[in-house]
Formats: sequence, structure tokens, C-alpha cells
Amino acid sequence: MLDKNGIAKRIAKEIKDGYYVNLGIGIPTLVANFIPDGIQVVLQSENGLLGMGPFPYEGEEDPDLINAGKQTVTYLKGSAVFDSAMSFGMIRAQKIDLTILGAMEVSEYGDIANWKIPGKMVKGMGGAMDLVASAKNIIVAMQQVNKAGESKLLPKCTLPITGLRCVKKIVTELGVYDIHHEGGFILRERAPGVTIEQIQKSTAGTLIIPGDVPEMVID
Amino acid sequence: MINKVVKNADEAIKDIQDGAVLMLGGFGLCGIPENLIAALLKKGVKNLTCISNNAGVDDFGIGLLLKTRQVKKMISSYVGENDEFERQLLSGELEVELIPQGTLATRCMMAGYGIPFFPTPAGVGTEVAQGKQVVHHRGKDYLIEEAFDSDFALVKAWKGDTAGNLIYRSTARNFNPLMAMAGKITIAEVEILVDAGELDPDQIHTPGIFVHRIFQGEKYEKRIEQRTVRKKS
Repeated sequence: MLDKNGIAKRIAKEIKDGYYVNLGIGIPTLVANFIPDGIQVVLQSENGLLGMGPFPYEGEEDPDLINAGKQTVTYLKGSAVFDSAMSFGMIRAQKIDLTILGAMEVSEYGDIANWKIPGKMVKGMGGAMDLVASAKNIIVAMQQVNKAGESKLLPKCTLPITGLRCVKKIVTELGVYDIHHEGGFILRERAPGVTIEQIQKSTAGTLIIPGDVPEMVID
Repeated sequence: MINKVVKNADEAIKDIQDGAVLMLGGFGLCGIPENLIAALLKKGVKNLTCISNNAGVDDFGIGLLLKTRQVKKMISSYVGENDEFERQLLSGELEVELIPQGTLATRCMMAGYGIPFFPTPAGVGTEVAQGKQVVHHRGKDYLIEEAFDSDFALVKAWKGDTAGNLIYRSTARNFNPLMAMAGKITIAEVEILVDAGELDPDQIHTPGIFVHRIFQGEKYEKRIEQRTVRKKS
């Protein structure tokens, strides 16, 4: 089974040289720590920054320079800042190669819910609805099972939807899945030490098992 | 050259009345009009509708106006940092319209560009689509979203001149230039106010035509919401 860093590490393998990448809040943010050597990526932060650098050294924080998670960050060589409309122009016009998001639920058709629990929690969608409506390549990083032990990979989302039929790939603590265009979670890889039975038990939606499913390799 | 300078924040907001619709620049606490918010708090105007990406935190930014119950309605995209906000929302004391961040930004931009509505794919098939017209274009659905109609835009820039020209700094730019263009009356507070002619025309982000009043803020706390650092190795 993978921890949060393991999920982030596995997703980092999906990043290709030259990509512009938008990372959501939570596990997706961790992906930045595992980008393989020799691969150049530019991180976009939707508040209006391209070329997001690491956290500043202590004492060098600049309140005017933050990321979409409101964390203090730094510039890199080649960074650029811009207003929020231009930022979502980049997103809508599909200039971003890869979007990595967290989710509360994903359906077997690739629908995603991640912004609201009616009556309990209302944080808002932020940029997520714009991202999922336009992104050409969305990977979801999430825990497959909630604290009550219930699967979050569902036949149909029960929470208010963020976007329909938009998720392409999901990485959880148990495995890697692609979404089948006619519905279903295609199991591509098992997390180290995880059995098909465990995965089956933790998947409420249709699970498609294409023959022998390899154990994932992360280092 | 027309002089747009007013003495201070109190004078700048003197005609903002109860029930006004305001746009407030900033993302989180970054690039918010601190001095104007303080002046609204002092004046005690009520029943405000605030268009702002976030609602501040419990004790800073728009959060201050929520605490005093001066806000009737918030139009925002993300409000996760403010417990008082969530409490007022869940109890029904505060009216809230949550909209996608890109839609929020573009509804500001379109107001500034004089375009009354625009299509966007964000929110199709979600709660956000309720009551909205959907258009189908080349195989894809889009929601029709309207440009914002606001009484005042309150923005914060880094530098400004007496003609109302503005320059923003780093990611404190965010929604500020969009809202500056969108307000029926736009009020800008700046960290550094200079005479017209001292800013390089090539570097201006918001031309003075969009700005009606400008002043240099008394002081800036520029609070950091998430102070994240690394150690020198």
C-alpha cells in the first residue's frame, strides 16, 4: 500500500520533459518533490504564476509571491506572473499539458466530485471546475477508501459534481486505474503488496482487470 | 493631466452606501486592499455584496467585515480558510454564490472589456449550471455567464501615479487589474504614489482611465496566510 508520498512518486512518473503542469492542493502538491532528474517541467499556479519555485529560505518569504495554496514560494529562472483571467486563459485554451487534482469521489465514467459536502463542508471549487472542464489530461491523486472504509471509486458520484467525464487516470494507495470510455476502472497496476482481492473490495464501481496486472515499480 | 488623488481611504469610500455591490481584489490575503477594508469597517456600511475570490481569514481581510456582519452576500470561488464564513454560510445567515475561479476572473474581465456575456465550459453538468443558458458549439456544451455589474471596485497596486496608472507586483496582481477595469467607480490604494510622468508608460498594467480615485495606503501589514519555508542546507 502506498502512503501520500508514494502516490505522488508514482504520479511523477507520468510527467514528461517539457510539460506545463498544474498541481492541485494536497497530495498533488507533493508531486513537485519527485520529478525525475533530467526532466524539465514548468509548474503553473492558477493565481497567476508560471515557473513556480520551491519554498523560500527562512527569512526570505515575500507576501506578494504565493501559489494557489496561498503558500509562500519563489521564482525560478524564466518565471512569469500574470493576472487571473490570463491564467485561466492558459487553462481553457489547453496550454497546460497535465493537471493533477485531488478528489473526494470519482465515478467509473470519469466524473469527479471535490468541492462540497452538502450541509457539512463548503470550501468552494476554486479553479477546479475550470481545470476539469478544459484540461486535456487529468490525473486524480486520492485515497481510494474513506475513513469509514467506504470506496470512493463509485458507479456514480454521490456528492455534487465538479466536472463530467473528465478524469483519465487515477492513482490511489492501492493501484493505478484508467477510465474506460464506456464506464469502468481499468486496473493497470497494483501498489506494492496489494492483492486484486483487496482492490476489488475497495472498488464500488465496475473494476476491469485486463489479465495479469503488474505490481507498480517505484523507487 | 486629471488628478485622481484623494487624501486617504476614508475619503475614497465616503460615498459607498449600505447595500453597495463591491469588487475587492486579492487572492487569499495577497494583494488585498487592506486600507479600504479597514475604512469600510470603520464606516460601518452594511448589507454589502462582495465579489472577491476569497473571503479573507477570521481576523483579516474580508473576514473582518464578516465578523461585524456588514456583508449580506459573498460571490467567491473558494472560502476554505475562514471558519466564521463557513459558520454563517451553513447557518444561512450569509448569502453565498460560489463560482469557478476562471469564471469569476472572466466575469470581471468582460465587464472591463464591455462584453455582456460569454460562453465557458466550466460548470457544465454541475450545480453551477442551474438556471443558466447552455449553448452547444462544435460538439461541446458551454454555459453562458454574465459580466459582473458592480458599483465600486476596490483594488490594491504596488505603484501608482496621480493620473491613476497602476503597476502591480508579483502574484499580488491576481484579480486586481481585472476588477480595476470593471468597477463603475474604481478606487485604487497603492504602496507608492508618484507624480504623473514618473512611471514608464511601457510598464503600466492598468491605464489611469479605469481608475477614479487613488491614494497611498497608510501602512501595509501584508499578512502571509501560509508561511512555508525551507532550511538552508
